[in-house]
Amino acid sequence: MLHYDVVVIGGGPAGLAAAIEAKKNGIDSILVIERDRELGGILQQCIHNGFGLHVFKEELTGPEYAERFIIELEEMGIEYKLDTMVLSITKDKKVTAINTSDGLMDIDAKAIVLAMGCRERTRGAINIPGSRPAGVFTAGTAQRFVNMEGYMVGKKVVILGTGDIGLIMARRMVLEGAEVLGVLARRSYPAGLTRNVVQCLEDYNIPLLLSHTVVGIEGKDRLKGVIIAQTDKNRRPIAGTEKYVECDTLLLSVGLIPENELSKGAEIELDDATGGPIVNESMETSAEGIFACGNVVHVHDIVDWVTEESQRAGKSAAKYVKNQLHSDSIEVYTQAGTGIGYVVPQRIKLDHIENALSLFMRVDKIYKDIHIVVKADDKPIKKIKKVFSTPAEMETVKVPMHILKGQEVKKITVEIQNEEA
Amino acid sequence: MKSKEMVCIVCPLGCKLEIEAIDEAEGKYKIEGYKCPRGEEYGINEFTNPTRVLTSTVKIKGAHLKRLPVKTNGVISKYLIKECMEEINAVEVEAPVKMGDVIIANILDTGVDITASRSM
Repeated sequence: MLHYDVVVIGGGPAGLAAAIEAKKNGIDSILVIERDRELGGILQQCIHNGFGLHVFKEELTGPEYAERFIIELEEMGIEYKLDTMVLSITKDKKVTAINTSDGLMDIDAKAIVLAMGCRERTRGAINIPGSRPAGVFTAGTAQRFVNMEGYMVGKKVVILGTGDIGLIMARRMVLEGAEVLGVLARRSYPAGLTRNVVQCLEDYNIPLLLSHTVVGIEGKDRLKGVIIAQTDKNRRPIAGTEKYVECDTLLLSVGLIPENELSKGAEIELDDATGGPIVNESMETSAEGIFACGNVVHVHDIVDWVTEESQRAGKSAAKYVKNQLHSDSIEVYTQAGTGIGYVVPQRIKLDHIENALSLFMRVDKIYKDIHIVVKADDKPIKKIKKVFSTPAEMETVKVPMHILKGQEVKKITVEIQNEEA
Repeated sequence: MKSKEMVCIVCPLGCKLEIEAIDEAEGKYKIEGYKCPRGEEYGINEFTNPTRVLTSTVKIKGAHLKRLPVKTNGVISKYLIKECMEEINAVEVEAPVKMGDVIIANILDTGVDITASRSM
């Protein structure tokens, strides 16, 4: 049995930031476990720039952002194991992991930080009918092939889904000599950031087909073509609008799912709205001493927010190990009200908050001229004006502690109200 | 007269801008649709001299991966991207490489270098 104060599962941006912060808060016995052959996670395949504007005040590429944290982790002498798979964790903080040099390891941790990230939804998840030829990839898999492994995935490409990865891969495929016939959005608006629509599609004259989806896949060994159709306002295909598009590659950018098999094994409570563990203000899950951060909790759009959240988780894990995170205080629940898709954290121990309570959320569709209102029970305590709000961008509301001090609150609700209200 | 419609990308609002050249030699433009000074500046820059940071990969030998990510260490004209890609694709480097190492100096006489985005 190996013993560590803090075991971090996952060596991507979340795990790196959490481990570094735990160390900065006085914990020396830390182990980061990473299943890939190197640290950095998905940042290593995101070679485009735009990372780090908030954390470093400059625009870095994904690998640069990762390397800054990897260098810091190594300089601090934090231990990590690569090519190592965690098989299970338990509520009482036992970790079972395996690799080819150490064999099977039983690890006893005082605190665990879950930083497993998320994975892509696949063709199976969206049930596209048709044959099963080669040439159908998730956008992230294609990104890894092209940017790291040096394999081009195809020549004539259709992309389904307008998430940022899909948009970025559209540009990448064109830069590497492929033809991108179109990027399809099932909704009437693109899911990704406007900046990516402009710089990835418009710059390269790549057609953006709004209210369109793929309804069929054809080809025996290799993809020969896809059948596309227009969609109605409920995002269902419209019969009679089908069109055949000849192509050899279909990339899917149709959503990300927090990867929580390990969390489920430890009977950690998950939130149906986020797909991740229910966490409190300290990023502690329903299992005492097990913390979670980054895309395993909720899918972020900006890595800077992953870093910030993970620093909180790492700091909390350190406090827990040092017995400074008392667990007997009363928990307040947060609730997503009208127009809000989800709120993180889902639970709050008000006495743990130092200066301000930060609430993270996504709206459920695009809104203009609204207020985001935070209510303690039924009393509004904070109101912020938003000229524009989209599900593509996480919203943050900070409620200064002095507003909440001394109040008997059971539930904190966030909702949107129209300008007039 | 030269004119253009575009979507501002400075913030998520996505204002629809309309720009028209009044007197290009004098640097006079008519711009409509912006809601902030940053939007105005973006619109004029994008109209007169659109620039981008270009990121891509080059072949690498002797490393654990086959491609090294690279970027322009400053902005280049949008219209030079294709030519830059041809230069980048012609290069092959050998490990070890440090993040920030210059892979191609002064690409296409732009004064901008292609540098490594990571160590490998």
